[in-house]
Amino acid sequence: MKLLVNGKEHEVTVPADMPLLWVLRDVLGLTGTKYGCGMAQCGACTVHLDGRALRSCVLPVSAAAGRRITTIEGLDPNGDHPVQRAWAELDVVQCGYCQPGQIMAAAALLSETARPSDADIDAALSANLCRCGTYQRIRAAVHRAAGMTGPGGRP
Amino acid sequence: MSRPQPSRRDFLARTTAAGTGLVIGFHLPGGSGSRGRVGGHGAAAAAATREAALNAFLRIAPDDTVTVLIKHSEMGQGVSTSLPMAVAEELECDWRTVRFEHAPADPAYAHTLFGSQMTGGSTSTWESFDQLRTAGATARAMLVAAAAARWGVAAAECRAQDGVVACGERRARFGELAQEAAGLPVPAAVPLKDPKDWRLLGRATHRLDSPAKITGQAEFGMDVRRPGMLVALVARSPYFGGTLRRFRADRAKAVPGVVDVIRIPSGVAVLAQDFWAARLGRDALETEWDAGSVAGHSTAAQVEEYRKTAQTAGAVAAALGDVDAALAASAQRLEAVYAVPYLAHAAMEPLNCTAELRPGACEIWTGTQFQTHDQAAAAAIAGLQPQQVTVHTTFLGGGFGRRANPASDFVSEAVHLAKASGRPVKVIWTREDDTQGGYYRPLWVSRLRAGLDASGRPAAWAHTIVGQSILAGTPFAAMIQGGIDATSVEGAADSPYLKSIPDHRVDLHSPELPVPVLWWRSVGHSHTAFAVESFVDELAHAAGKDPVALRRELLPADARVRHALDGAAEAFGWGRPLPPGHAAGIAVHESFGSAVAQAAEVSLENGRIRVHRVACAIDCGPVVNPDGVEAQMQSGIVFGLAAALHGEITLREGKVEQSNFHDYPLLRMFEMPRVEVRIVASQQAMGGVGEPGTPPIAPAVANAVFALTGTRLRSLPLRLT
Amino acid sequence: MSQASRKLVLAAAAGLLAFGACAVAERSRPEGHDDFAIVQKVLQHPRCQNCHIPGDAPLQLDDGRVHGQNVVRGAHGMGTPGLGCAACHGQSNPPASYGAHMPPGAPNWRLPPPGQKMVFLGLTAGELCRSLKDPAQNGGRDLEALLHHVSEDALVLWGWDPGHGRVPVDVPHDQFVAAFRRWIEAGAPCPEP
Repeated sequence: MKLLVNGKEHEVTVPADMPLLWVLRDVLGLTGTKYGCGMAQCGACTVHLDGRALRSCVLPVSAAAGRRITTIEGLDPNGDHPVQRAWAELDVVQCGYCQPGQIMAAAALLSETARPSDADIDAALSANLCRCGTYQRIRAAVHRAAGMTGPGGRP
Repeated sequence: MSRPQPSRRDFLARTTAAGTGLVIGFHLPGGSGSRGRVGGHGAAAAAATREAALNAFLRIAPDDTVTVLIKHSEMGQGVSTSLPMAVAEELECDWRTVRFEHAPADPAYAHTLFGSQMTGGSTSTWESFDQLRTAGATARAMLVAAAAARWGVAAAECRAQDGVVACGERRARFGELAQEAAGLPVPAAVPLKDPKDWRLLGRATHRLDSPAKITGQAEFGMDVRRPGMLVALVARSPYFGGTLRRFRADRAKAVPGVVDVIRIPSGVAVLAQDFWAARLGRDALETEWDAGSVAGHSTAAQVEEYRKTAQTAGAVAAALGDVDAALAASAQRLEAVYAVPYLAHAAMEPLNCTAELRPGACEIWTGTQFQTHDQAAAAAIAGLQPQQVTVHTTFLGGGFGRRANPASDFVSEAVHLAKASGRPVKVIWTREDDTQGGYYRPLWVSRLRAGLDASGRPAAWAHTIVGQSILAGTPFAAMIQGGIDATSVEGAADSPYLKSIPDHRVDLHSPELPVPVLWWRSVGHSHTAFAVESFVDELAHAAGKDPVALRRELLPADARVRHALDGAAEAFGWGRPLPPGHAAGIAVHESFGSAVAQAAEVSLENGRIRVHRVACAIDCGPVVNPDGVEAQMQSGIVFGLAAALHGEITLREGKVEQSNFHDYPLLRMFEMPRVEVRIVASQQAMGGVGEPGTPPIAPAVANAVFALTGTRLRSLPLRLT
Repeated sequence: MSQASRKLVLAAAAGLLAFGACAVAERSRPEGHDDFAIVQKVLQHPRCQNCHIPGDAPLQLDDGRVHGQNVVRGAHGMGTPGLGCAACHGQSNPPASYGAHMPPGAPNWRLPPPGQKMVFLGLTAGELCRSLKDPAQNGGRDLEALLHHVSEDALVLWGWDPGHGRVPVDVPHDQFVAAFRRWIEAGAPCPEP
């Protein structure tokens, strides 16, 4: 099976039913994408599939074959995506375990809605749990990231 | 987690001891290979750049990079920034050159108060504050001495700042001096800076762990990979204390990728090439269990039993005067019973540990809050001495007390399996394992009685607490004195209200049950604050007094709780009109050396409690990183709100009913109130900030719900129907 | 007026006449009403009505509780930017090996768009019947198109194959389609109220 992850093609020999999450983590060694619940409840495993946010823990890898998979490691070659810059500027992270998923979800939101309102953010990110309670800073950081792009620009 | 809060005098005595015993702090732990790949820094860099270890807490590389070894575990609370700040302030290095690394398990890194290497009790920053500043100051003195020796001038003519030592016109960077400095004798006593000269401490400082955590590079225990490693999932008893009757492994072993099935004390492990194969293998494993003493147990019946027990007197934790006579003589008497459920910690990173054994050596990689205990547990299983066990502390994807287990449950499993399989093994708990695995915040019932005098002032106060002891049955059981586990009654037996209530008694029943319990962020305060602060609110309403006014009447003007109360009331705008359908509640509680008050604004939306806004004020004494304090208040509030609105672990027929986030919900973004944090300036002793933000929010919200609806909710989670 | 709309108006009129003619005989209901009762039973099964809602927050599970995660309909019924339905709901149900409580899947997992909510939840039989036939609410479908939709659409069919641990619609799909067809053939009469 061929997987296109972060712009790089990988040939993997895995069961077709294996969740994409575990292929990323255990086969490809891309451990930035996290396991939190295994049932799309927490969002820690969020990746982009053809640019859209998706829970990799409930997606059979066969459904991702031939599509463009982006993980936190590939969001920006220098870790310098506007969302990542905003996260650093506002010191969003605490334990950090949920943050790759939060960042991937926020980046997906901003790719579709350049200037999200608080309600847009609450709608887009309420499927990503954070036990440390960084929600308020995430909201602020999404606004900050939105402000880093030009008018109508896409981060 | 916590221990009984040390008195200020204890703390000073201990830190003085640590100060005179700097030989401990300046011991250089052996085995630099133990430095893990943490935060993207580590052993490789150390080897390549010939770093000079100036003492147990810092190394300086030729390129001026200062690596601070943090003895406390970074689990989100920000110690990987606050601890290096303490070092850097005195070292006078350039903050931009500072990195951190988790320290290995070594006696050099023992908690100055508790004696073992651990993270808990909201103590990390204050317990090591003097130790780390001294480490920085001593290293600075050695760098200055090295420069003075190099140029043949008196050290007094030299000064260190921003990573450079200047002697007259001459300059040398720390990196150039480090090797020479490391060879010099360690000065006996080095003065610390006057706080008014601080340039870093007390200023909002960016987290050092941010870059690794926003790029996916941060290594959590879950991310550890070793050559030849197997992943193991363990089938454990669905009953606490249950025993394995029999198991069949044929079907499990037939799953592609499954390598072995091994019985260990906690259950039956399926070892496989990867998580998914192990998961399928465990699903295919057939096990039968004997329930043991928990058979038939239900938490619904337990609460009723506790309510009955609360009608009887328990072991006395605090008493003054004659409370029964005072109650009888009161103009008005009130009684209320409060209940809170078992709670899971539910850190986002499920429990895990990786272990690898070689002859005469064991290595474990895990996000632990309990290095010394886990090291000893691993050594006992591996048949080694503790110092033969290397503990690599990774980042913790949340701790909240669950990763400080005297039973070393997740660590022990990994070592057993590495030993039995002869290969490196990573044990992963699924979310279901984590939720159902016990070591919960205990279920508590509190019965409170009070008598008001003719002026509506409380004159008698009786508080009976029922719940399991956390310390019982652990190596800390000796701390239970006179039937009192101090962690059961903290926040109740030492409530600041008692000082102004002449006749009072706080007593405790500690029933024994097979459900394992553990410290859960804010420990005993997580239930006592709810009971005490709800009841004080009831007293205020009974007396026809404003809830803030009654608290002000009872709390001394110079008390930290008073500073916090006034700060939160002011920040909230207490007494100002709120939008229609909204109401306010307030609570204040002292814990872990800090006082926190929170005022909450709530409404009902489709019958559900909606918290719009929280004003929070904290008096934690001198502040190291104000941005970190603010983050911890936000964090504590979210943690407490999840418990106030959703959290509940129940047992039925001996089994835990919840399993994952669909039935053990946490707070989500759309439920997040707007939180304003005010740090009350204070010259009082430095307190903790990791836990004190949690206790007040549940009573603040419950009190607001009463103000809104007239319904007094006395059980958590708060439910109106 | 389009051909389809004209047909619908006629059908609706026929329905009203049929109802009026038989109103006196309570024991034998008008032709088509029993069939519509079957249709109603299906449409108001949790598998169907949880997403055919008057508000914008879908429901879930058999008790029709509000869907977790603050999920909303969004501008096109596909969820909201950053949290499309497809973030969790794939093209098919996850394999049974994934276990219980997994988000189910089917092609084009979605709610009706906000302009045509096609509400099933909480309606009386008559209300449900009338809104079902209203092209302004049903996506511009005539009766034949509706029949085709309930016979063939993969997301509709999911209701009978809802995945591990989930109760399927309790009327067999072929009986539902047959009832739907008979109801149309009877002039698609709408009961009262």
